[in-house]
Amino acid sequence: MVFLGGQVLPGNVGRAILGPFADQRAVDALNHSLGVDRPLLTQYGSWIWNFVQGDMGTSYIFRSPVAPFVIDALGNSMKLAAVAFVLVVPIGIFGGVIAALNLNRPLDRIISLGGLSVTVLPEFVTGIILILIFGVWLRWLPISAAWPRDAGFFTQLYYLILPSLPLFLVLFGYIARMARSGMIEALDSDYTRTAVLKGLPWRTVIWRHVLRNALLPTITVIATQTGYLIGGLVVIETLFRYQGIGSLIFTAARGKDFPVLEAGILTIGIVYAVATLAADFLYSVLNPRIRLGTDQ
Amino acid sequence: MTEPAQRLIGKTGKTANALELRDLSVAYRVGGRNRAVLRNLNLSIGQGEAYGLVGESGCGKSTVALSVVRYLPRNGSITGGAIALDGQDVMKLDAEALRRARAESVSMVYQDPGKALNPSIRIGRQLTEIFELAGISGQAAEDRTIAMLNRVRISDPASVMQRYPHQLSGGMQQRVAIAMALANDPSMLILDEPTTGLDATVEAEVLDLIAQLRQELSASILFISHNLAVIANMCDRVGVLYAGMLVEEGPTDAVFNDPRHPYTVALLRCLPRGGQRKDQGRLDTIPGFLPGIGADIKGCAFADRCALATERCRTEPPPLYDLADDRGRRLSRCHYHEQAQSLPRATPYNVALPSRQAASPAVLRVEGLNKTYGSHGHLLRAVKDISVSLRPGETLGLVGESGSGKTTFARLLLGLVPPDEGGMIELEGKALAPRLESRSDEQVKAMQIVFQNPDSALNRSHSIRHLISRALKRLAGLSGAALEARLNDLVRSVRLTERHLAVKPRQLSGGLKQRVAIARAFAGDPRIVVCDEPTSALDVSVQAAILNLLADLQSKEDVSYIFISHDLGVVRYLSDRIAVLYLGRIMELGPSEDVFAGPHHPYTEALLSAVPKLDQAETARIRLDGEIPSATNPPSGCVFHTRCPRKIGPVCETQEPPLNEAEPGHSIRCHILYAELARLQNKVVQPEPA
Amino acid sequence: MSATDSSATIPAPAPNDANRRGPLAEVFFSLLRSGTFLTGLAIVMFWVACALFGEHFAPYDPLADDIINALAPPSAEHWFGTDQIGRDVFSRVIVGSRDILTVAPLATLLATIAGTALGLFTGYFRGIVDDIISRILEAFMAIPVVIVALLAIVALGTSKTTVIVVIGLSFAPIIARTVRAAVLAERQLDYVAAAQLRHESALHTMFVEILPNVIPPILVETTVRLGYAIFAVATLSFMGFGIQPPSPDWGLSISSNYGMIGGGFWWTVLFDAIAIASLVIGVNLAADGVHGAFND
Ligand SMILES: Nc1ncnc2c1ncn2[C@@H]1O[C@H](COP(=O)(O)OP(=O)(O)OP(=O)(O)O)[C@@H](O)[C@H]1O
Ligand code: SF4
Ligand code: SF4
Ligand SMILES: [Mg+2]
Repeated sequence: MVFLGGQVLPGNVGRAILGPFADQRAVDALNHSLGVDRPLLTQYGSWIWNFVQGDMGTSYIFRSPVAPFVIDALGNSMKLAAVAFVLVVPIGIFGGVIAALNLNRPLDRIISLGGLSVTVLPEFVTGIILILIFGVWLRWLPISAAWPRDAGFFTQLYYLILPSLPLFLVLFGYIARMARSGMIEALDSDYTRTAVLKGLPWRTVIWRHVLRNALLPTITVIATQTGYLIGGLVVIETLFRYQGIGSLIFTAARGKDFPVLEAGILTIGIVYAVATLAADFLYSVLNPRIRLGTDQ
Repeated sequence: MTEPAQRLIGKTGKTANALELRDLSVAYRVGGRNRAVLRNLNLSIGQGEAYGLVGESGCGKSTVALSVVRYLPRNGSITGGAIALDGQDVMKLDAEALRRARAESVSMVYQDPGKALNPSIRIGRQLTEIFELAGISGQAAEDRTIAMLNRVRISDPASVMQRYPHQLSGGMQQRVAIAMALANDPSMLILDEPTTGLDATVEAEVLDLIAQLRQELSASILFISHNLAVIANMCDRVGVLYAGMLVEEGPTDAVFNDPRHPYTVALLRCLPRGGQRKDQGRLDTIPGFLPGIGADIKGCAFADRCALATERCRTEPPPLYDLADDRGRRLSRCHYHEQAQSLPRATPYNVALPSRQAASPAVLRVEGLNKTYGSHGHLLRAVKDISVSLRPGETLGLVGESGSGKTTFARLLLGLVPPDEGGMIELEGKALAPRLESRSDEQVKAMQIVFQNPDSALNRSHSIRHLISRALKRLAGLSGAALEARLNDLVRSVRLTERHLAVKPRQLSGGLKQRVAIARAFAGDPRIVVCDEPTSALDVSVQAAILNLLADLQSKEDVSYIFISHDLGVVRYLSDRIAVLYLGRIMELGPSEDVFAGPHHPYTEALLSAVPKLDQAETARIRLDGEIPSATNPPSGCVFHTRCPRKIGPVCETQEPPLNEAEPGHSIRCHILYAELARLQNKVVQPEPA
Repeated sequence: MSATDSSATIPAPAPNDANRRGPLAEVFFSLLRSGTFLTGLAIVMFWVACALFGEHFAPYDPLADDIINALAPPSAEHWFGTDQIGRDVFSRVIVGSRDILTVAPLATLLATIAGTALGLFTGYFRGIVDDIISRILEAFMAIPVVIVALLAIVALGTSKTTVIVVIGLSFAPIIARTVRAAVLAERQLDYVAAAQLRHESALHTMFVEILPNVIPPILVETTVRLGYAIFAVATLSFMGFGIQPPSPDWGLSISSNYGMIGGGFWWTVLFDAIAIASLVIGVNLAADGVHGAFND
């Protein structure tokens, strides 16, 4: 699909790279050297075959293999995403749980409306505001994510705080909201009533009976956010001038560098698929109804 | 067994009642206003007593239960009065004391056990945690759990402990819930509709279990149910709740045999009892509705619906008159309690008997109908080899427990799902295409349905006028003035009025909605109407009115019914012939009276004996054990052999018995010979009445 | 402690106040009582007014440059300062809502129509066609909007129409999924079988019987999507793929000025960022109100 995207792009690749004024012969030559004049299916087959072997083709623009770019960029993006994720999952869930336990009280209102507000802001908007506050006025954090060469783990982390914050905010509202509604449903359920009427202490009711059922849906949802996260990365990496897969794709798209674009997007697709699989797996491990099926 | 009610409160633990409600008032906050649900309710349950609370849906029964355990919905609050458990004021308890009370002295079991158990925790753990609360842990807790599961007659408790709730059947789940409730040996056990929604044979088992446990344990019981017969069999005393007030109270048999409040009198008349049939007279009904929550009640709450009401009733709220007689304390909240039983009927008894032509040709013939669903790689035979026929003006009742294929059969007839290859459905002598789309308009309008749940069956976006006119347009091909005229006729014949036409379904009560559904089904003058549990979602008073309506329409229009229900009393009232289904097969088919009178199939026999009855003293009961097997994996041989109390031997396990015609028109699928069945069941085989 | 009695039934239906009004009227009245909705609506109406009549009360022509006064900080003359070529930031912020408030609603409308149609058909016919379409839509949803947009815009070039089509078509599957789920639930209800038992056509059943009942989830989803459409338009403009110069669009302004925030010219981006934030939050507060009103 991604590949087809690259193919239906305007007319032909050579023309797209060389621009409308190039000589037709030059275009043909380029097309031939790039192999794009072979039939579509052949191209597709050989491209996929090469891809799985780790050969992602050659960049039209840099005239050098794509794979190293993509792998480097993916690594960088993963670091950024990991920082955001590690922060947001526990904090988001905690926020949602606290809101549900204080339903309709001021604390709930603050978390819910605050969460809703930050979750809907475009990353570049929160990014800009955060840069202004922490980078320009307070000068606590670097405004670019490009850390110096040989930076150690903590330095890298330091550089990643600011870029990860907009992602954090968007995900926070989302996760908190899911966790909150899951909690409300579980708190209202008959099995919670059963647990309370057994005379179990409130803590035990929450920890043993409510939380697990309440958070199951949230866990699936978190994994489906990988897709969103990648979109967010494109923006954040551009804003913070960070060499990740997002900015790679962005640059490739602007420069119409199709091999890079295709490879980048296919990589994203794979990451997405893996994340979804992981979520399904986790969900079925936690949910006995799926794990065991009904045996009657 | 009945103790005189003890009115002494707050004395020492010994004399205190197990439960005492004094002037309890509860309200729910809706739309910014507190709306009263319970109004100054007084009620006491003695030590070891089983007290039944009955009443129509919405009268506040569950609210009583939830108040006692202080677990009202978020918007509910106790607005007055006191609740004492064993003399201890529940409302004064702090959080910790309340928790201890729940842990030690009061337990509750409610409807829908599937939801009451935590889906992600093993059964064993859900039980051991109760013992851990009491300081018993580890192996000791496990042992106690096994003992408790044994006590609720669960075989192989060790393996059940390893399971999750969804791996148990409904009946098993409810046993586990009961085990959980009894684990801490409570002094007060509250059961809120514990068997509603369970199949008849399973319900009977659970009720038996509760009755047996009562003998073994000391708990007092508050048993809540809308089913009068269940209460009659389970309780010493009964209270009738109406609009959040007790309207009558007394020993169970006294109240049910000699009611002293018009509401109780009317409720009892709504039930088809003692084998009453449609050609013997109409059921009585109760007009009107229960006052909504928060309603402003001036005089007697029942006045709007009471045929005895006078001016005094509308202005002066009746107190709870004490009618103590030799059989124990009686209370009735009626100014004219001594006349209660002379309450005039709301529906006249007499009926115009239909002139039945005996030998008219069948309107519907079904031959060898099968339906197999594929489910998760298994084959599920929902309907197996069903052959029946239906004469004009006749009602064929279909009874069976869940999974017996009743609804699937109905859908096959209507063409909503296609049957397997090979079967045959014939309408007025012409074969019907398996799929609805390929049937002619004539054929489609000849067979219509009244669904179980009118909320699902009536499009909530459309007005009643639209719903019925559309049916008239499509089915009767009417339009313009002719349509208007027919619409008015039709609406009147289901006893709705012009006023109802403008509204949307949600503005009508369940009973009125069902009338709309009936009007719609009759729009095209159908030959056959399938009624799929049309009254199971309704209260008995409303049910009676719907049954009357169906009977009247039938005698007027000469339409045939296929009437599906799990309620044997209802089926018996309406049906001329009955088919008993089990796992998709017809086990018995015959004239209604023969099927009920016997000799019957062992399954029918068990089914009949499972139903709690109001009038009869307990006879020797037949109880089925074991689960209803899954239709994906039906037992070999006779599908009933896993539960059959009369099983004769290996032949039952290896060979499926044929559906033998034992008497003319009465067939039974069993290896036991008819005469032998008669002997076993102490029945005399009667020659068929002409 | 909190709980709801799930076994409680709807009260006996003596007609009362709540029943006298139609369901939509009831939703309307509960909207009027919702503080969240009214706050959101007020914010949105403010920006709509700016879009419609902005020129009349903007102190300067938002497009007029004034190189001498370039990059002037906020002052009495220029409340929000001036940008790189001396344009008045205050006037630009006021008029800047116009493009986004045209593009985003149109994209949402497109998404709603396409999504509703798709959802109705797939949900109604089920079966293989539904399976195939649903798989495709799922795959489609896995790709972040930004990336779809990137590809499409590389292929089609930038214009408002492209942006509308891209966002509309990327959101359509999401709306389709909501509608399909609602339709599948309706399809189980017996009134659909009743319609078949009158030999109604598929179109009648879909549009006359089912559609009115799935309007509430469609309305809720549409308002939520409008928020995301604004999010997406702003982001695309920021990335240079959306609204094009010389429009005073907020995202575009941030994009052309944020390179200089290191130099302390905060006013060139902050006010635009706040404007976007307020509009997005306004729409989402209103959406949250609508959601609440339908789910009471
Ligand atoms: N949380 C609530 N908010 C508002 N009204 C409620 C609530 N819970 C119950 N009600 C209403 O209060 C009345 C009494 O409810 P309750 O559940 O006690 O009745 P019930 O007799 O148990 O009915 P059923 O037989 O249907 O279980 C009903 O009209 C019901 O609709
Ligand atoms: S008090 Fe009057 S209205 Fe009430 S039940 Fe008795 S006779 Fe009927
Ligand atoms: S065939 Fe055997 S198992 Fe089946 S009903 Fe008859 S006696 Fe019971
Ligand atoms: Mg109840």
